Amino acid sequence: MLTCKDFLSELSDYLDANIDAELRAKLERHITECPNCWVIADTTRKTIQIYKGMEPCAIPADVESRLMKALEKKMAAKGR
Amino acid sequence: MALSSLAGLEESALVTQARQGDTVAFAELVRRYEGKIFRLAQHITQNREDAEDVLQESFMKAYEHLDQFKGDSKFYTWIVRIAVNQALMKLRRRKTDKSVSLDETIDTGEDTVVREIAAWGEDPEQSFSREELGSILDTAIQSLEPLYRSVFVLRDIEELSTEETAEALGLSVPAVKSRLLRARLQLREKLTRFFKRKGDDAFAYM
Ligand SMILES: [Zn+2]
Repeated sequence: MLTCKDFLSELSDYLDANIDAELRAKLERHITECPNCWVIADTTRKTIQIYKGMEPCAIPADVESRLMKALEKKMAAKGR
Repeated sequence: MALSSLAGLEESALVTQARQGDTVAFAELVRRYEGKIFRLAQHITQNREDAEDVLQESFMKAYEHLDQFKGDSKFYTWIVRIAVNQALMKLRRRKTDKSVSLDETIDTGEDTVVREIAAWGEDPEQSFSREELGSILDTAIQSLEPLYRSVFVLRDIEELSTEETAEALGLSVPAVKSRLLRARLQLREKLTRFFKRKGDDAFAYM
């Protein structure tokens, strides 16, 4: 039998679908019987999803223009 | 070549042109990734000024060493690796910041602590404004140790593979995996405070 501790140690690979079918079946059996681990798996999955869905804010215009200026300077120096 | 015709080009074609000295092609590569690199730098350094330095230094270095870029990985992965190194160097130099302990393994002795268990509602993030959500997510990331933060940012935000993350951070694959798990669980714990279903009280566990 899989303990909660075993389940947690495999959680990342489980969420990344990075495990073989046999272990997956064991883990899935565990969460149907263990509400705590089900909640942990579900909320960890949502945590990852929320961060993945975060749109990169546009780069501030002043930051970009300083970057481009610095690069132009460098390119001009190299091209000479 | 005109910019408009570059916008639709494959990354590899742009890299080839840039390597032949086409500065417009290189500028297009910069435009493609500057937003992501700036975000990554902000996440790791937690400081806007440092992040801007990292952004500039990274693309400068990339331009300088473009001839060393082997086409066997993606340009994006390569520039991420450069940026991570620059960002970590910044952190190391900021000696006054006592929370920075990159070279030590941070092992609290407890593995994978879970303290709070409460189910979340459906789409819990919907009940917050974009600004609120952004600040909740940023604050949670900020509270992680730098190496945990870096692993999480590379794996789950920049979506690098475990191997690429290991390479960028100079860690072994098992070290990346164990840090990723802890980072995810710690973030989960912090977000639970905001996203748990109303009326669901947290209870102690393990
Ligand atoms: Zn369990």
